Amino acid sequence: MSSASSPRAQEPLLVEESLLNATRRRAFGVMFWICAGWIALVVLLALLASVLGLQNPTTENYDSLNQGPTLAHWFGTDDLGRDIFSRVVYGARVSLIVGFGAMVISMSIGASLALLAAYRRGKIDLLVSAASYVMLAFPALVAVIAIIAFWGHDLWKITLIIGVAGIPLVFRVVRAAALGYATRDFVVAAKTQGASDWRIITKEILPNVLPAMVSFFLIGVASVVILEGALAFLGLSVQPPTPSWGNMISESRTYLSQNPWLALFPSLAMILFLIALNLIGDTLRSALDHQEGKL
Amino acid sequence: MARYLVKRFFALLGILFFISLGAFFLIHLLPGDPTVTILGPSDNAQNRAALTSQLGLNLPLWHQYLVWIGNVLQGNLGESYITHESVSRIISTAFPIDLELIIISQLLALSIAVPTALASAKRPNGLLDRTSTTTSFALLALPPFILIVFFVLIFSIYLHWFPGPGSYIPFTQNPGQNLRAMILPSIVLAIGSIVIYFRILRGDLISTLQQEFITVARSKGLSNRYIMWRHALRPSSLALLASAGLNISGLVAGAFVVEYLLALPGLGYEIVNSINQVDYLTVQGITLFVAVVIVLVNFVIDFLFTVVDPRITRE
Repeated sequence: MSSASSPRAQEPLLVEESLLNATRRRAFGVMFWICAGWIALVVLLALLASVLGLQNPTTENYDSLNQGPTLAHWFGTDDLGRDIFSRVVYGARVSLIVGFGAMVISMSIGASLALLAAYRRGKIDLLVSAASYVMLAFPALVAVIAIIAFWGHDLWKITLIIGVAGIPLVFRVVRAAALGYATRDFVVAAKTQGASDWRIITKEILPNVLPAMVSFFLIGVASVVILEGALAFLGLSVQPPTPSWGNMISESRTYLSQNPWLALFPSLAMILFLIALNLIGDTLRSALDHQEGKL
Repeated sequence: MARYLVKRFFALLGILFFISLGAFFLIHLLPGDPTVTILGPSDNAQNRAALTSQLGLNLPLWHQYLVWIGNVLQGNLGESYITHESVSRIISTAFPIDLELIIISQLLALSIAVPTALASAKRPNGLLDRTSTTTSFALLALPPFILIVFFVLIFSIYLHWFPGPGSYIPFTQNPGQNLRAMILPSIVLAIGSIVIYFRILRGDLISTLQQEFITVARSKGLSNRYIMWRHALRPSSLALLASAGLNISGLVAGAFVVEYLLALPGLGYEIVNSINQVDYLTVQGITLFVAVVIVLVNFVIDFLFTVVDPRITRE
């Protein structure tokens, strides 16, 4: 870690303070705010989809099949005459729920175990670390495909399965970050003052690894969105006619040479969403990294 | 060193034992009845019961596991319920495709990522560095399935440069056709790796170039190119090696998706089909095989660390 190179980084650092310094020292840049705005827009549209007066994403209309973009249908219509704009907006719900939902599950369980293991060490650490190695060596995609294939592919099951599959990775990343703090002087000081384990973990260690967790969380959401798309191609995501970006792109393959718009708009939505997530995650990480290095 | 290797070897055996448990119980605890896929949903209960006991599926689970693992340890992975082909045969015909795909894509990725990273690290924040960093960012957000959809549209349907999905021919039958069919999937698979290798190598090179032995080399009047390739790349390739180890399971997963979408009959294609057909032994066999490969590759990479940097000795 960069912290080791700088002697002054040994001092405890509060997150609020470090975030504040980072923002004060150098703004996140225009791109960061454009990306944050885009994510906010996607979330807002997905939340308000049913009250925006959009056309029903599953209503078929045989008078307007495979149309390009028009005023009535901004993104055109698909092979069943359904409005692609409305399907892209409703499809965002699937990506958002699976992406953020799965990462919340992986993060909350993985990070709790990691903080406990890094602070307590000993048997707990050994046990959970060994389990995480076994899970990481297991071909995760195979496990996810198998469980979804047999257990069912509704939205919540997919979210849960991907979330659980992500636990060992989160565990390893957070444990590595927390280990560096678990033996620092301020933790020892807290312990000698008689602070409880719970208090040390939540008040002393967690705030220091939180920045790393936030950026890992966002980049993790991007990976889960990609995974959901891949599952859709295998027929293992939410079932048609419910739209998701993944199954829209997958279904588009049949009529692709006649109507490339079919694939273009959901692909663009997904790509821009992924770029935004990655860029925000990366900006946060480097802002906080520089912070430690430059102190 | 020898002691370290022996210790690692036993840890490896332990991991493989748990993976065999996982591969077996994961598949068996899930709902789904192989006799339904074999006999069809309309066959009577009597035939189904007969087949169940013939396949040994009526035994307690732990007993089934012991039978399976006993056979596996003797090199017998069993045979597919559906095609009656032996699982080892399925693996030996499918695996070369994954291997070819991964090797071509990694050669492609390294031959683009390494020179780009070297050029970028020479002038951090220069024009080339900023361009390639931004490009790598955009590439990171291109999922393989979207690439495949548009590559097939552009290069197969419009331009006819490459054959479309389902045109795989074994290398031994027609090497030219085989390579033509492998180019598209290899490029798709390479793109994800290029980003990882470029970013890690660039970051590491920038910090390596600030070290004193580089300044010494510069003051000796060595050429920039010589310093980059001979002095800077070697210490920085440690990070590259570590990332290759972490990358390998993602690479296998990526290869599986690409194969399935382009109908290349590799392990990924086989395993998705066998999962859909509740073909227990094939799924278990391939899962175990893939896990063994991943674990072994990581073991070898761990060993390579000491070769790349002889200062590293393990106690």
